[in-house]
Amino acid sequence: MIHIVASIALLAVGGAAVWVFPRSILAFLTFQGALMAIYVARIPGRLRLALLAVGLLVMMPYIGSFNGYYLEVATQVGIFAALALGLNIVVGLAGLLDLGYVAFFAVGAYSWAILGSPHGNVIFGGGFPLPAWMFFVFLFVGLLVAAVTGVLLGLPVLRLRGDYLAIVTLGFGEVIRVLANNLDKPINLTNGPKGLTPISRPPLPGFADYNMAFYFLVLLIVIVIIIVNRRLEDSHIGRAWEAMREDELAAQAMGVPLVRSKLLAFACGASFAGVMGVVFSAKQLFINPESFTFLESIGVLAMVILGGMGSIPGAVVGATVVTVLNLQVLKGLSLYLNELKNAGTTILGYNLANLPTQLEPAKYERMVFGIILVVMMIVRPQGLFPARRRQRELAHAGEGVPPAAPPS
Amino acid sequence: MSALFEAVGVTKRFGGLTAVHGVDYRLDAGIASIIGPNGAGKTTLFNIFTGVYQADEGRVTFRDAPLLGLRPDQITALGVCRTFQNIRLFANMTAIENVLVGMHARVQAGLWDALAHTPRFRESERTLWRHGLELLERVGLRAKANEVARNLPYGDQRRIELARALASRPALLLLDEPTAGMTQGEATSLMALLRRLVSDLGLAILLIEHNMRVVMEVSDRVTVLDHGEKIAEGLPREVQSDARVVEAYLGRRAGAPRSGRAGA
Repeated sequence: MIHIVASIALLAVGGAAVWVFPRSILAFLTFQGALMAIYVARIPGRLRLALLAVGLLVMMPYIGSFNGYYLEVATQVGIFAALALGLNIVVGLAGLLDLGYVAFFAVGAYSWAILGSPHGNVIFGGGFPLPAWMFFVFLFVGLLVAAVTGVLLGLPVLRLRGDYLAIVTLGFGEVIRVLANNLDKPINLTNGPKGLTPISRPPLPGFADYNMAFYFLVLLIVIVIIIVNRRLEDSHIGRAWEAMREDELAAQAMGVPLVRSKLLAFACGASFAGVMGVVFSAKQLFINPESFTFLESIGVLAMVILGGMGSIPGAVVGATVVTVLNLQVLKGLSLYLNELKNAGTTILGYNLANLPTQLEPAKYERMVFGIILVVMMIVRPQGLFPARRRQRELAHAGEGVPPAAPPS
Repeated sequence: MSALFEAVGVTKRFGGLTAVHGVDYRLDAGIASIIGPNGAGKTTLFNIFTGVYQADEGRVTFRDAPLLGLRPDQITALGVCRTFQNIRLFANMTAIENVLVGMHARVQAGLWDALAHTPRFRESERTLWRHGLELLERVGLRAKANEVARNLPYGDQRRIELARALASRPALLLLDEPTAGMTQGEATSLMALLRRLVSDLGLAILLIEHNMRVVMEVSDRVTVLDHGEKIAEGLPREVQSDARVVEAYLGRRAGAPRSGRAGA
């Protein structure tokens, strides 16, 4: 009961706070915190769904209508949540440590960027960019291309485990980035470091504000991905992945075909990233290899670890925390510090105007990350929302088994 | 008549060491045991039978289908399943999930069925769960279906492993030291369970065992390995009094003539 009241109150307070202080980062963080609290609170499944729907479908777009930056943050959170969910399959469920995950994101992004921008003419002669509605077709093309890439990566690393697998996938991620960087000769496929632009955006009629339409598009895709993730996890396929993670030899002895299961894990994980890559390239209008560095892979992995390996709520929460930290908290601190500097404020006898510019919080985002991860590993190594074993209501043997308990 | 399970001239070398040398083995029904001193090659033989190792020589057939060259999961799908000397449960999964994984080879539903929740998928999951619970019931752990395997006591883990192996509906079950670490009482009740399995399910069981009392009580036939070779085979009491077996376990009496190794 207390959970129900608290959830509704939090959402109301968060919404009100943003409404009263539209520019306050703290107010927006309260709102986001309320959504996350609802996501994990112990309330009936339908109420959870209703509250989340109100928050994400009504309140968030409304907030976005008077502060576009928040909508941008929410869209970014969605993109990274999808990536974290994909990596969660590979690392969290199947236990295959992949340090080059962003490569699949890049493959998806380039598949639309090349053909959905005038650059296609350089390769194929004419007729590009493809009509903007083709974007929706390319969501599936990106998915397929990334899945195939996932299988191609999977094949040579089938026999590797743990550290060795991590190193090879790391190398693979770099290979894709270096390829993107250098495939401007002999045939100009990727336009090298100069990148590709302008990339067509999908037609999203029915919305006055294009960014808001895009927010809904990303939200829709994330919801689909969560459902797919849940269904996989809750089937013989997910159980086989987890068994493989726990004990490869025993899993195989129990009839799990290792090769097929591993390739499927790589392909599924990669396909989510491929879809989001297509979305990302359309959203940014411009991509170049710099968007797909090793640090991005690490960032997504950090989201999965922070949230809790193998846990769907964990991946979403991890993505939110990390993205918000990057885009809002650290940037906000930088702005605040700058204000103090410009005003020449003195703290403890030290004039902040003399502060070296290197000390801007936004510039040591990676360090803050590192500290958070180290602290997490010490204090809560299982992550913020670790995967909980589903407790099933088990019928007496012989009767049907009731549907799965709601996610806890 | 051809045997349910037959191995002929199986040999396995690790570098210069011949772990298993020219072993013939045949099993039709009932409970058979393989015994032998440490390092006799018992587990190696199991690993060859289940596809974990590839034999260097010889052939192994199950219902006339050759097993050598197949992967462990293919052998399981054919109907030969095993347990491990050091229990290898999926530690972070629940008891029932462990058993469900054991049925993987029998699942008909595919990726698309799981994603779209087709009727076939729902039917398949229902059957899996029902059968999984029946198996837990059989080993007496129905009430602990939702417990995470890691948190269960040792004896229960052994039983879950047995249920998990049964989940693939094998015709031949290979158990690697199933009573290791059990008290005599626990071991006796486990053997009673195995006996029931043989009579209820028509299962053939092959055991590796160190607990001699258990072996002699439960086995229809006992095979003794030493240094990778079969040195004796027969009814429990025949084997017990075999001079070579006594020698393998206890050593030769000083001055006594060395009895010849069974070359056959």
